[in-house]
Amino acid sequence: MTMATDDAPPTTSKLNEERASAIAAVTLPKGDDLIGRAVTINRPRDELFAYWRDFSNLPSFMDNVERIDILSATTSHWVVKAPAGRTVEWDAKITEEKAGELIAWTSGEGSDVPNSGRIEFRDAGARGTIVTATIAYDPPAGMVGKVIAKLFQREPAMQARRDLRRFKQLMETGEVATAAWTQKQRDEEKA
Amino acid sequence: MRALTWHGKHDVRVDTVDDPEILNPRDAIIRITSTAICGSDLHLYDGYIPTMQAGDILGHEFMGEVVETGPGSTLQKGQRVVVPFTIACGSCYHCGKHQYSACDNGNPADNQDIGQEMYGQPMSGLFGYSHLTGGYAGGQAEYVRVPFSDVGPIVVPDGLDDDEVLFLSDILPTGWQAAENADIEPGDTVAVWGCGPVGLFAVQSAFLMGAHRVIAIDHFPHRLELAKKFRC
Repeated sequence: MTMATDDAPPTTSKLNEERASAIAAVTLPKGDDLIGRAVTINRPRDELFAYWRDFSNLPSFMDNVERIDILSATTSHWVVKAPAGRTVEWDAKITEEKAGELIAWTSGEGSDVPNSGRIEFRDAGARGTIVTATIAYDPPAGMVGKVIAKLFQREPAMQARRDLRRFKQLMETGEVATAAWTQKQRDEEKA
Repeated sequence: MRALTWHGKHDVRVDTVDDPEILNPRDAIIRITSTAICGSDLHLYDGYIPTMQAGDILGHEFMGEVVETGPGSTLQKGQRVVVPFTIACGSCYHCGKHQYSACDNGNPADNQDIGQEMYGQPMSGLFGYSHLTGGYAGGQAEYVRVPFSDVGPIVVPDGLDDDEVLFLSDILPTGWQAAENADIEPGDTVAVWGCGPVGLFAVQSAFLMGAHRVIAIDHFPHRLELAKKFRC
């Protein structure tokens, strides 16, 4: 393997092979059931934790989540968009929580898409807070499973990255950036 | 509204498209009164910039009158504004350091992937300049939606014509930055290679920064004539 001779990010390398593998590492899903992503947000840790802890807030930046109903202090019901106008649903339960630091959840029995994940918040000094999301999911077999797998495997790593970016935009600027110039266009982008 | 749209290499058309609407709290809608064509619009026209899509509205040097504002905008209807081409949020780490072209948030989440793949890091949003920079509609149109309108737009004082302020949107700051990068000190002699619009603004910026003498270099006589008018 050819070694880089400068300290530029490998995704910008002049060596074609090195650049291609670095870009693949950033953009391609690593396996098909576990993804992890991080983003640095220029806001205090407690504020970010509090917004995320109220799960009913999540659809404001997760474009594929239609709605989340709060069932109790630790349980919620998720309705997520699937191809062809369908939805998939599950109940989620918080399995671990440390105020201001982390929230972990897992889906209950009988979920359309069994999944679990954790979101962690760490201080980043003058830069704010590093937010790390780790999500594991298990698409079921069969025809329905194929449709659901298509939704989740469409590029799950990319979906998580975009959700975190939108979370950052919302927390830092109060809104989610869009290049649409009519409401109709924006609705189509989110569909 | 009518707008200049890109359809492919050497194929731009004036089309009728939907009028822009306020979509986010900090948005404003501007009725365009003047717009310039940038040298870098030629790169779009000649097909050199990837991630253009048919129907994209061009234009990133424009100004106009505020006709509508979102509840989070600091602009007021009727104000005349020049709109810088960078779409910056004003709230991220980089904006806090006035590094607006490195803004983390101006580029929509979906389009940041392209910059991340090409450069290792996404860049800010720009008006009318491909989906790499956000896919925003530009200002070579009757109206434009300006996101984060409390950050970029410069309110124009009464008594200044469009032609006197339009170039604040891009090309004057570009020439100024070239001069700034040269660390000009009072009394310096400065040479400017290339005296197109950017070069001529670099010439004037150099004088403003205290240069004693500026030497203009170009192979087009009419550009050198213009440079002479600026004391070169």
